[in-house]
Amino acid sequence: MQSGDLSIALPEIILSLFAMGGLLVGAYGGKDKLASLMLWVTAAVLVALAAWIGFQGAGTATVFNGMFTDDAFARFAKVTVLLSAAAVLLMSESYMIKRDLLRFEYPLLIALASVGMMVMVSASDLIALYMGLELQSLALYVVASLRRDSVKSTEAGLKYFVLGALSSGLLLYGASLVYGFSGTTEFAGIIQAAQGETPVGMLIGLSFVIAGLAFKVSAAPFHMWTPDVYEGAPTPITAFFATAPKMAAMGLFARVVHDAFGGVIGDWQQIVAALAVASMFLGAVAAIGQRNIKRLMAYSSIAHMGFALMGLASGTAQGVESMLIYMAIYVTMNIGTFAFILSMEKDGSPVLTIDALSLYSKRDPAKALAVLVLMFSLAGVPPMVGFFGKYSVLLAAVDGGLAWLAILGVTASVIGAFYYLRIVFIMYFGADESELDKGGSGILWGFLMASAAAMVFGVFNLFGIEGPAAAAAAALAG
Amino acid sequence: METIILFAPLLGALLCGFGWKIMGEYAAQWVATFFLFIACILSWIIFLTFDPFAHQGGSYSVQVLTWIESGTLVTDWAVRMDRLTAIMLVVITTVSALVHLYSFGYMAHDENFDDEKESYRPRFFAYLSFFTFAMLMLVTADNLIQMFFGWEGVGLASYLLIGFYFRKPSANAAAIKAFVVNRVGDFGFALGIFAIYMVFDTVNFGEIFAAVPDKADETISFLWAEWNAIEVICFLLFIGAMGKSAQFILHTWLPDAMEGPTPVSALIHAATMVTAGVFLVCRMSPLMEFADSTQNFIVYVGALTAFFAATVGLVQNDIKRVIAYSTCSQLGYMFVAAGVGVYSVAMFHLFTHAFFKAMLFLGAGSVIHGMHHEQDMRNYGGLRHKMPKTFWAMMIGTLAITGVGIPLTHFGFAGFLSKDAVIESAYAGGTDASALAFWALVIAALFTSFYSWRLIFMTFFGEPRGDKHTHDHAHESPMVMVAPLGVLALGAIFAGMIWYKPFFGDEAKVDDWFGMAEYHGEEHATLPGAAHAAEGDAKDDHGEKAEAAPPGQGAIYREDKNHVLHDAHYVPTWVRLSPFIAMLLGFLTAFQFYIRRPDLPGKLAENQAILHQFLLNKWYVDEIYDFLFVNPAKWLGRFLWKKGDGAVIDGFLNGIAMGVVPFFTKLAGRAQSGYIFTYAFAMVLGILVFVTWMTLSGGQ
Repeated sequence: MQSGDLSIALPEIILSLFAMGGLLVGAYGGKDKLASLMLWVTAAVLVALAAWIGFQGAGTATVFNGMFTDDAFARFAKVTVLLSAAAVLLMSESYMIKRDLLRFEYPLLIALASVGMMVMVSASDLIALYMGLELQSLALYVVASLRRDSVKSTEAGLKYFVLGALSSGLLLYGASLVYGFSGTTEFAGIIQAAQGETPVGMLIGLSFVIAGLAFKVSAAPFHMWTPDVYEGAPTPITAFFATAPKMAAMGLFARVVHDAFGGVIGDWQQIVAALAVASMFLGAVAAIGQRNIKRLMAYSSIAHMGFALMGLASGTAQGVESMLIYMAIYVTMNIGTFAFILSMEKDGSPVLTIDALSLYSKRDPAKALAVLVLMFSLAGVPPMVGFFGKYSVLLAAVDGGLAWLAILGVTASVIGAFYYLRIVFIMYFGADESELDKGGSGILWGFLMASAAAMVFGVFNLFGIEGPAAAAAAALAG
Repeated sequence: METIILFAPLLGALLCGFGWKIMGEYAAQWVATFFLFIACILSWIIFLTFDPFAHQGGSYSVQVLTWIESGTLVTDWAVRMDRLTAIMLVVITTVSALVHLYSFGYMAHDENFDDEKESYRPRFFAYLSFFTFAMLMLVTADNLIQMFFGWEGVGLASYLLIGFYFRKPSANAAAIKAFVVNRVGDFGFALGIFAIYMVFDTVNFGEIFAAVPDKADETISFLWAEWNAIEVICFLLFIGAMGKSAQFILHTWLPDAMEGPTPVSALIHAATMVTAGVFLVCRMSPLMEFADSTQNFIVYVGALTAFFAATVGLVQNDIKRVIAYSTCSQLGYMFVAAGVGVYSVAMFHLFTHAFFKAMLFLGAGSVIHGMHHEQDMRNYGGLRHKMPKTFWAMMIGTLAITGVGIPLTHFGFAGFLSKDAVIESAYAGGTDASALAFWALVIAALFTSFYSWRLIFMTFFGEPRGDKHTHDHAHESPMVMVAPLGVLALGAIFAGMIWYKPFFGDEAKVDDWFGMAEYHGEEHATLPGAAHAAEGDAKDDHGEKAEAAPPGQGAIYREDKNHVLHDAHYVPTWVRLSPFIAMLLGFLTAFQFYIRRPDLPGKLAENQAILHQFLLNKWYVDEIYDFLFVNPAKWLGRFLWKKGDGAVIDGFLNGIAMGVVPFFTKLAGRAQSGYIFTYAFAMVLGILVFVTWMTLSGGQ
């Protein structure tokens, strides 16, 4: 090991050290009295790291004997992950304080989960992959049951843990099969072994790996944990689940199929496409029956993962680029939407049924308008940015020769539009006036408005993310 | 100056249509009228001072701006100024300006609208001005695309104005009919433009005309066979002209268009828009000259229309419909002239016809106005005392349309000179088609005379018929309505005599006037001489002529071998007398039927019941169309609406949205049991499917 290796992984190392140091300070210092400060400092560190990675890094470097890769793709994913994690942290403060949930461990767990995600997207070896995945997952199991005294929260954590363990098992089994047939855990070695005549055993291994990854991105039929966990976990945690880990898991997914199995695109393409179709339709159809907005967002995220997978299924650099753009847009939309959900309160306690939004437009026209924009964007209505995300994945699918997939995608998005528009309908044409509290946290208001504004003004150039996304895609599948 | 003429009416239309709320109704009407009079005066200046030889090729273009630039398709907004344009400019702006003025009186009180609550007058004036703009766009176009823009613009204005009384179902139906029938013609026109672009690779007139001789023998495949390209193009263009100019088969919209206010009928459906087809054929003369079969077709259609419309006009009772059929018939005359290759004569008749037909319409409007919107001539009678000025105006118009003049001289009303020129040209055409056309036109002239005098006699002579109250209150129209009649009367009397030579009378002058160069010099000095007693001789000395001008030189083009204009001056005397005799016969018959023995028409109608019904029902063309096209189209529309859209599409989507999707939603909800083992089971099932799939399809 050389010092050069360490410098490549410096952001991860810094964040890990920060988390450990924070734990020490918290444990021997003021404990939960420091929680607020800890949260702000963590958020600041995350943003600083994102800025550093975003502006500093260049080129491609593989270190630790091929375990860890730093390239444009990893940087794009890391920046998205870190920024969304920081955003969710900031949004959660007031909610957590109000409900007496703000422990000093919370921001540090988020920081550790972020380290796991960073390792995931940089992994270029099955071992590193598993390490990052488990680091992230363990942190997430804990935060899901952060509200220890709530049955629902603990149930959510437990369900997530058990099913997560199962998926880890599947992934590990698949990894061992791949190792058995290729004789190496390095992606670079696997891709050589998986050229041309690929043994069936290796493909079975690939299937297991994909199943494990599909669990993490909550693609159907490995999605079942999602609605329960989203509903049971405290809302800020749900917001976190819906953003950063999704990005990281999609990044990992892309890395595995392209870096390790880029030679047998035809083999995994059909499975990814099947996952995409199942997710899009299940997300669209099942969400219609939901009145709880957190469950609804869970199905919404399943459907969106289906669209992102559609980009991936095309098996081209364009597909990866469109997937990254889609994910960036998706994360932005979800931050705004959850900022709104966090602010839904009646007499100081949270309200989660969508019927409570009845005629919300009269009570708070500005926020209602922002939610309208976000819903339209989530549904993929043209002037909003969400449409362009959908458009780019559809285009990638068509260009990749998967026109049938694109047609199914459009159909699913038409079905899915129903429940987004229903929220708008209830807000603007509901029966009786909403009794939700007015005002609320300024931070939430700011995130909601910023996200909605991004959905409108992003149409001009998508804030320039297309360039980095293209570079990232080129690094992976070029 | 050219651009002012073009855009003044548009400005007027915009100011009047959108600004009347600010400036008030009355001022808005004046604004529109004022701009038109400006355009009119400038047009006359251009018409009188335009000298084709001052410009290269006998024409010039004023570019306004570039419109389309895409590959070889380059189109400008430009004003092409040559003799044809100049003629059309004065026709359009003069009639339009006078109609604007006339409308002050005619539209003062309209029973179709509530004066207190609705402001319909600015809308009317704005439409009129907009129409004028579109029509000017059409005639000043220097390329086919711009022309098509104007062509569709006048179609739109026509639609809006026919349906101006939008509360009347019949007016709406007529507007739709006009629009749809014109669409058939426009389709042909559009195909013609496409074909031109395909063959010539340009849509600009100058370039097309210059290239015609090289393309004369080119062929294109159209529908099922190879055709001569020029023939196909000309035929398609003529289909467009047929629609706009209401030629037989596509004429059905014109009589119905009389549902519009009478000033509209005078402006659009008599003087200007309907002549656009004739203008198109003349404008494309360099192509038409190379398409002999199409020219024959034009002659046949024109002759048939002239004859058909005249027969129908004999028995109509609605005063406006009589004039409408008369218009249709006169348009046939113009097409015959254009078809035999004497475009100048077609333009001549267009020019004079605009004056006397607009006058007849405005006169009819004056009668209708004075008779409280009664249009049935059977309820008129004896009106010459009640409205003397209108009576004299109508008299002049009738004298002009029937062609009264001194035979064998060039002294007479406008129609006498131009119609005789058409008939003589038809005789001189020298083909089977033109021989037939000659006889059709002479008979049509007889009928024209009959129905025109019938109109006069039924309206202004005899005993008052119909509602006594209406007759008691019949009155002369105000000055604003009578004054335009006076101006048009001047045109109806003198236009023929003044411009006889440059349009028809003197070949050298014709060539000079239209800017066809080279052929003016010493040779032709001998031509009009007395040496041409017989036709045979006349044909011999074509050798003396200098070469004809090339296509694109001047406003119209005449092939080398086209001597019709020349021959028309040497037709036998009986030919020159024939239209006059036909006119006289028609007059005498009408006099006998409606003044001396008013019981005769009824008896004749009884005796010849079948023939009478046939004519009264306009040859049953509308009924045939209803049977062949309208009813099947309606049936198809209703079928697609009720069954196709309602049952299949709506039913399908409603079934999906309200049946299938909720079913799956419920299913998904049930699967979400909340038990971990269910979830784990789903995952295992998923992996099972994947592995099976991979094993079956993947790998080797």
